[in-house]
Amino acid sequence: MGTISLKNINKSFGSTEVLKQLSLDIQDGEFLTLVGPSGCGKSTLLKIIAGLEQQNSGDVIIDDKNVNSTRASKRDLAMVFQSYALYPHLTVRKNLETPLKLRDYSFVERLPLIGNFVPSRKEKKKSIDDLVFKTSETLKITELLDRKPGQLSGGQRQRAALGRAMVREPVAFLMDEPLSNLDAALRVHMRSELSELHNSLKTTFIYVTHDQAEALTMSTRMAVMIDGELLQLDTPSEVYNNPSSLRVAEFVGSPKINTFAAQISSDGSVEFMGIKLERKFNTNSQKALVAVRPEHLEITKDSNKPAFEATVSYRENLGSDIFYHVQVDQSDFKIIVRGSPQAGLISNGETVRISLSHAEAMLFETSGERIR
Amino acid sequence: MLARHYIGESWKHGLLIIGALIVLIPFYMMVSMSLKSQQEIQSISGGLVGAQEIQTFPVCTKHGYTEEVCTMRPYKYNFWFAFKKAPIPRYLMNGLIVTVSIFLIQVLIALPCSYALAKLRFKGREFVFSMVLFCLLIPVHAIALPLYVMLAKAGLVDTYAALIIPWTISVFGIFLMRQFFMTVPDELIDAARMDGMGEYSIVWKVMLPVAIPALLAFAIFSVVAHWNDYFWPRIVITGNRDLFTPPLGIREFRGGIDSDEFGPMMASIVTVTIPLIVAFIVAQKRFVEGITMTGMK
Repeated sequence: MGTISLKNINKSFGSTEVLKQLSLDIQDGEFLTLVGPSGCGKSTLLKIIAGLEQQNSGDVIIDDKNVNSTRASKRDLAMVFQSYALYPHLTVRKNLETPLKLRDYSFVERLPLIGNFVPSRKEKKKSIDDLVFKTSETLKITELLDRKPGQLSGGQRQRAALGRAMVREPVAFLMDEPLSNLDAALRVHMRSELSELHNSLKTTFIYVTHDQAEALTMSTRMAVMIDGELLQLDTPSEVYNNPSSLRVAEFVGSPKINTFAAQISSDGSVEFMGIKLERKFNTNSQKALVAVRPEHLEITKDSNKPAFEATVSYRENLGSDIFYHVQVDQSDFKIIVRGSPQAGLISNGETVRISLSHAEAMLFETSGERIR
Repeated sequence: MLARHYIGESWKHGLLIIGALIVLIPFYMMVSMSLKSQQEIQSISGGLVGAQEIQTFPVCTKHGYTEEVCTMRPYKYNFWFAFKKAPIPRYLMNGLIVTVSIFLIQVLIALPCSYALAKLRFKGREFVFSMVLFCLLIPVHAIALPLYVMLAKAGLVDTYAALIIPWTISVFGIFLMRQFFMTVPDELIDAARMDGMGEYSIVWKVMLPVAIPALLAFAIFSVVAHWNDYFWPRIVITGNRDLFTPPLGIREFRGGIDSDEFGPMMASIVTVTIPLIVAFIVAQKRFVEGITMTGMK
């Protein structure tokens, strides 16, 4: 079992509030990502779950047990750190053994020399050896067991750190940006490996990242945190397609979502940049913001479609996609439009007509709340 | 252009060579005098090793040895007579006992202290650290008298304890290790806590192995300072020659009927200095190994 729930967690360092009344329920076996910009309190939240940091108020409940006053090691959680935090003076094997020895050996058995004479230690040592071997096989690090962390590459250290977390068979894994020290190609590769690992272990994963791509690709649910508040907790596709507020919409998705000022007429129809949305909205506001993702805009040659003119100022060619940064109305207002490479390249300085490819767009209050 | 470059460089090197000579010449003289005969020392002749003529040494016969025993080459005589005249192995042993005990107890105390100062959050931490810094400013000589009185009242004068106890808490050690621990990532400590280590286990099983390069640096400071210390042993070892440390032992060669016989005296100084030089060379090698071993940035 690995259900974790947080109830009204508050945390402040001095006078800075880091977490504000945060509540979160994590289900057994899910891959939950805590995602948010740097400094939003996500790592602090993870440390509070781990027991490395004490909340000012609120409860942490693991498997229906309140663990507020339980020490980190007794919570039966395992953590993977950004810098891997392997013991630099121990071999990988010893690194993996350490948490097991500390958990399974009694005080006397742990003593150097004397411990060897305690008969019960032999049996325990064997089960530890088996576990270490099994874990190293799963992670394919068996041939690295006798090396020290200093002799490993980044990816290998990452695996060793995962191994140290796995050997204990904890109720949940806590991961604090574990991939951010790897190079880009390895990071993408490790993403799929972590997902596979989660599928085979079926243990709860709580994964902290500032990289929304990691959150979108790996998680069963993602929790978007900004400024110490939990803004939305949902599946990645829901968060992407149906964000609850403008802040979530702007944080999730790359390139960033485009926003336009819009007028709402009394019958609820919405118009921006000369384009009228098909759907009508039920709101009292007269001004609002329309948000459209770059892939929902298109460069059109069809003069019948409602569209607005803009000048291409910068072109980002990613191979599979091309993003055009375009300037509207000679002003500083810039938006990003996705074009397909098949349509042919458009050079900088050209004037294009931009329309909505999907008739739908999201509408937000000027304060940021979603209008549905 | 090139010539000017060389002139600039040679100027720097010349200055450095002069500096090195100032440091090395006393060493050279010490080694040389420990090998030469008394006549050669007094007439400043014979270069580094002297002529090494077999001769009979008058001071030796004055001490009651037969002429046959006292006839040998000067280098042999100097070292032989130094060991005959004073129990040098005993002094070296005392030096070893005192410096090693001091260093071990200093580490035992400094590591937990500096760990707490660097990595634990508690009220008054900054104040305690500023007190540590303050203590760094107190010269030993300022507190020597009260310390002596305390030890005397406790009946510890003329014991190993008197040589060791005043140095067991090294504020310099606490300061140095605290600075080093500040650079150890918090994540490593968090990982150890997650694995189930208590704070003391973290100090001895995680921080100590990680800190070996810094500890070696501290060991050099501590051992050299206390091996060479003359002031403090001179104060607390008042009569018992069995407790003399090497610097006190060298003093034995001053005064008395043969006070001006420099050969054996220099031989004893060489003997006392060699362990330090060997220890330094060994530690220096380990020092580099220590840094590469940790695999930390």
